[in-house]
Amino acid sequence: MSQKVLLNATEVNIILHRLACQLIENHNNFSNTVLIGIQPRGKYLANRLASILKEDYSISDLKLGHLDITFFRDDFRRTGKTVEANQTKIDFLVEDKNVVFIDDVLYTGRSINAALTAIQSFGRPREVELLTLIDRRFSRHLPIQPNYKGRQVDAINNEKVKVHWLENEDEDAVYLVTS
Amino acid sequence: MSELSVNHLLGIKYITNKDIDLIFETADHFKEVINRPIKKVPSLRDVTIANLFFENSTRTKLSFELAEKRLSADVINFSAAQSSVKKGETLIDTVNNILSMKVDMVVMRHPNPGAGVFLSKHINASIINAGDGAHEHPTQALLDSYSIKERLGEVAGKNVVIVGDILHSRVALSNIYALKLQGANVMVCGPNTLIPKHIERLGVKVETNLRKALEWCDVANMLRVQNERMDISYFPSTREYTQQFGVDKALLDSLNKEIVIMHPGPINRGVEITSDVADSDQAIILDQVQNGVAVRMAVIYLLASKIKN
Repeated sequence: MSQKVLLNATEVNIILHRLACQLIENHNNFSNTVLIGIQPRGKYLANRLASILKEDYSISDLKLGHLDITFFRDDFRRTGKTVEANQTKIDFLVEDKNVVFIDDVLYTGRSINAALTAIQSFGRPREVELLTLIDRRFSRHLPIQPNYKGRQVDAINNEKVKVHWLENEDEDAVYLVTS
Repeated sequence: MSELSVNHLLGIKYITNKDIDLIFETADHFKEVINRPIKKVPSLRDVTIANLFFENSTRTKLSFELAEKRLSADVINFSAAQSSVKKGETLIDTVNNILSMKVDMVVMRHPNPGAGVFLSKHINASIINAGDGAHEHPTQALLDSYSIKERLGEVAGKNVVIVGDILHSRVALSNIYALKLQGANVMVCGPNTLIPKHIERLGVKVETNLRKALEWCDVANMLRVQNERMDISYFPSTREYTQQFGVDKALLDSLNKEIVIMHPGPINRGVEITSDVADSDQAIILDQVQNGVAVRMAVIYLLASKIKN
């Protein structure tokens, strides 16, 4: 197994600020916008973006939630293993809101497809956008594309993109792992 | 990834503490789901579940049915009263007929102890025991422990007394297994005639004085006197039973601590507990009912994930 660095901490930081600015361009003061981190890995990116928006760009009233899609997955009983659920924490309704899904890596698009179904349990959003740190091109199973992306990566099937976060893995970095 | 160590839930006796932890963790997530504006997830949309009730049930049947529907499973209901069982059909024949309609999971209540175990040896579907005679009622014990954990933070080390008709109670036996497995201290309390001989071998204390039992415990699980299962008289009169083993507000207030009151239902108000106790803040009876749906969703979900597609 070998791994190569796709993004180091400085590059991750620059990208996060760019993504935050792009969100501000489209969502202004976020009065009708909610950020939803997709569990389990999207929450780190969502939390980070939220703190950048609050601290560096003075967005005070920001709604942030975490959505778990385990019970909405389309591969239940097909993978041969039980997937453990994570916590969903959405303390508001998304009815008529602009929702921004946030995930670290966009691969087949199936998680986002499940998230589109899952979010309906919290109301009917006005619009849903997708923000992803890494967009793995040419690997989509469904017609799903990100509205905001950090970096596009062309990876083949036996390669895996791993995103490390300071909060969890003691560093900010993105690796391309070949098995 | 974690999964249950069993393919059926036939009784608490057959599962491990790790299984209970996994069920509770999963139930936490389902509890959040059933408090959403839309309380349904699509996980089991290709799973068909048969609820086979060979014995009367209201809340367990409703709770299972609701849990199954919240998971988007297809549900068929069967009750013995309106079936061919009355015409002399055997259990295996009845169930096999239902399974040939491509049912993946069976939730069964049956008056005979061991019916679930017997069936699991003869059919392929996953089986959940929803009560077999006076033997086990595993999902009730799980939701009871889950409710204790929710109220008191943990089950381990807590003193739990089960009061009433222990002899005829499947809830008591499953609760004893579940509580002991999680490290709680268990006591049973009731008239001598309603306490099974040698029950101490399960590692429980026996007490016939209700006040002493309540002074010892953190949680009192009050059971109903199951008149329908009594072939002889086990105590002189209901009035005398209530005087000795009924809990009222005055008794609770006279204790030097606040204990949690549970009841698996249906309550005979004024017999095992009075109305003011049942409706007090100390009682978590309605929490038990709500948790029942979440716990059953967790059990069904985890067992369904083990069914071969």
